[in-house]
Amino acid sequence: MFNGSGRLFRRREKLEPSQKFGRRLRAIFTSGKLDQAEWDELEATLLGADVGTNATRSILADMRERMSRKDEPVEALRATLLAALACEQSRDIELRKSADGTPRVMLIVGVNGAGKTTSVGKLAHLAVEEGAQVVIAAADTFRAAATEQVETWAKRAGAQLISGEPGGDPAAIAFDAVKSAKESGADLVLVDTAGRLHTKVDLMNELGKVRRVVEKGAAVDEILLVLDATTGQNGLTQAKVFGDAVALTGVILTKLDGSARGGIIIAIQQELGIPVKFVGLGEGIDDLAPFDAELFVEGILS
Amino acid sequence: MFDSLSDRLSQTFATLRGKGRLSDKDIEQTCTEIREALLEADVALSVVNGVVEKVRERSVGVQVTPGLNPSQQIITIIYEELVAVLGGAARRITLAKRPPTVIMLAGLQGAGKTTLAGKLAMWLKREGHTPLLVACDLQRPNAVEQLSQVAKQVGVPIFSPEPGNGVGDPIKVARDGVELARTKLHDVVIVDTAGRLGVDAELMNQASKIRDAISPDEILFVVDAMIGQDALTTAEAFRDGVGFTGVVLTKLDGDARGGAALSLSSVIGKPIMFASSGEKLSDFDLFYPERMAQRILGMGDVASLAEQAKRAIGGDEIEAMEAKFASGQDFTLTDFLKQMQGLKQMGSMSKILGMLPGAAAMKKQIADIDESEIVRVEAIIQSMTPLERENPKILNGSRRARIAQGSGRKVSEVNSLMERFTGAQKMMRQMAKGGMPQLPPGMKMPMGMGGAMGQGMGPGMGQGMGQGMGALGGGFGAGKQTPQKKKSKSGNPAKRALEEGR
Repeated sequence: MFNGSGRLFRRREKLEPSQKFGRRLRAIFTSGKLDQAEWDELEATLLGADVGTNATRSILADMRERMSRKDEPVEALRATLLAALACEQSRDIELRKSADGTPRVMLIVGVNGAGKTTSVGKLAHLAVEEGAQVVIAAADTFRAAATEQVETWAKRAGAQLISGEPGGDPAAIAFDAVKSAKESGADLVLVDTAGRLHTKVDLMNELGKVRRVVEKGAAVDEILLVLDATTGQNGLTQAKVFGDAVALTGVILTKLDGSARGGIIIAIQQELGIPVKFVGLGEGIDDLAPFDAELFVEGILS
Repeated sequence: MFDSLSDRLSQTFATLRGKGRLSDKDIEQTCTEIREALLEADVALSVVNGVVEKVRERSVGVQVTPGLNPSQQIITIIYEELVAVLGGAARRITLAKRPPTVIMLAGLQGAGKTTLAGKLAMWLKREGHTPLLVACDLQRPNAVEQLSQVAKQVGVPIFSPEPGNGVGDPIKVARDGVELARTKLHDVVIVDTAGRLGVDAELMNQASKIRDAISPDEILFVVDAMIGQDALTTAEAFRDGVGFTGVVLTKLDGDARGGAALSLSSVIGKPIMFASSGEKLSDFDLFYPERMAQRILGMGDVASLAEQAKRAIGGDEIEAMEAKFASGQDFTLTDFLKQMQGLKQMGSMSKILGMLPGAAAMKKQIADIDESEIVRVEAIIQSMTPLERENPKILNGSRRARIAQGSGRKVSEVNSLMERFTGAQKMMRQMAKGGMPQLPPGMKMPMGMGGAMGQGMGPGMGQGMGQGMGALGGGFGAGKQTPQKKKSKSGNPAKRALEEGR
């Protein structure tokens, strides 16, 4: 099992931009008591981080309750945000094949341009570094040059690539990858699917088919939604619709190295209970870290 | 997932009828609702506050009269404010006096620049230009390869001397590309650049060097319609780092409200020039402020619905069907089936109906729709012979029994379908006689769609939807582009308020 929280720790400097959020919050709380202007400022900060109106409202309510118990503001906020990110589901990910030798299978899904292929490359690299033997299925047969792009990543990461013809059946490619992984005794199959907007019913159905076909070969362990940190309130709808189509097990929050703060994950976690498992922190192959709520909030508040 | 503003306001004003004037408390409540709705649409907080203030000022004078719904009056006010902001700076692409016109694309990673480059090239080609694509994204793995394939698909030449993947000097490629266009007499050059983060000084610097090397006539900032509050920060970083002259909004085929459009128009003051909305390279159009304002407000997206319908059913088919009815032929079960299948391609029934203005009023019915009803209707029609489909009148008892058996349904279901079909047929005959309002170009709804929608729905839905589609017809007339003289008072209050507010 893999839960390398140390990894996020090592890459903490990458979280620098989102720390503005924390600094700003600390600056808001000049005294132990909050007046209306400070509450407004806090609300504006949360809304400005894409936390969304509902989640912001519940965070503020929780915060007020803690403050009424005379908690110190920064501590109250830390506790509130941690509670907002608390999740019953584990964030751990299995990278090695199961005891009976079946490979782990991860489906990587998301809207266009979220960073699926890059995340697949980084995940493959991370798994190879942890000693896993990785197979990547180039199941994005739609976008121009998608296979070439994932091929480049596979080479960089040292993973085997299974690909098909442009316009080919993604489910078949994914199935072939699982089959090949079983034969070669590989640990992990990463299925890079084509970007699709959640409003395209046919494409969402196709995703369901990919899953069903893969399951004929091996159980699907993880279905990870790749979500761009700049995404606004639509992220919640995305998570919901993708979840309805293929039962998501987690989120990879990408591009957190920019100025965006990715607050939408709080709403996703609160309303849908889908945990964030990884964060993408840059363009390098090493720039993917397991998400850790405590370190995340710590990073926000330090 | 989110209630549209009109739903929210309807609730707020539910108790208001009969009052002479909105009280301060009513206005306060209204402003809260507007604020939340705009925030949920991802409009930047500072912009939200500005809009809310304006609406507050204008709401003070709103009269509550028994005949008029105050929420619709307020919505009209907001709508006008949004259109004013969105359309204030509208303009079209500026062509250079001495060709080639150089267009440079810039934006965040994953915004859709490379796809957009292809779409823009195709659009320009159709407008009679001879564009050249230049591949300057040498950063992202295989971006050059992607642009080459896109270029091939649209049949536009590409200049890509460097393989990319980190190899090559994008500034030199840009300069040589423009030079090549000059010698080969291409009148427009589209330069695709690497996606970059606003905070990445190095890449931003590279972009400004590309800009200096080719002095573009237009720099288009490509932004994803799904972007949240970061839109302003990013746009400001690009404005200060590279500068841009216009904005292109991508991925509008999703269901994001696209509030970023409002933030950008309002704060950055640069016009939004194009709207890009799909996977196909032809899914690209000029930007219409009215449509965007409706979308942000969640007012039901009739224009998009009509376009989706057109796409799903196919333009040729629609024309053929229209010609058929115009020539006096009757609406048959074959047509009915075709429409039903077209509808199915557009997505779930509840989603389609949700796009209609006034959908809020039918929320419960929409939630109760049995999506498999369409499948059952399809099965019944497909169990008929071609002759029966063309001449439903011949369906006697024994034929109906056979059809029921063939489709695995009950005879009563066949009967009820036939009843509903007869209703649709009547409606179609009326429309063929000129009951359908003239639709503006590009907004044609396949004739009889309403019939199929209204009748395909199963017991209880037919009536309501027939009216809903009546609203659709009226809704078409409500847009600014339509010189509609008929006083087709729309069945939908939002649209009616708009018509009357003008």
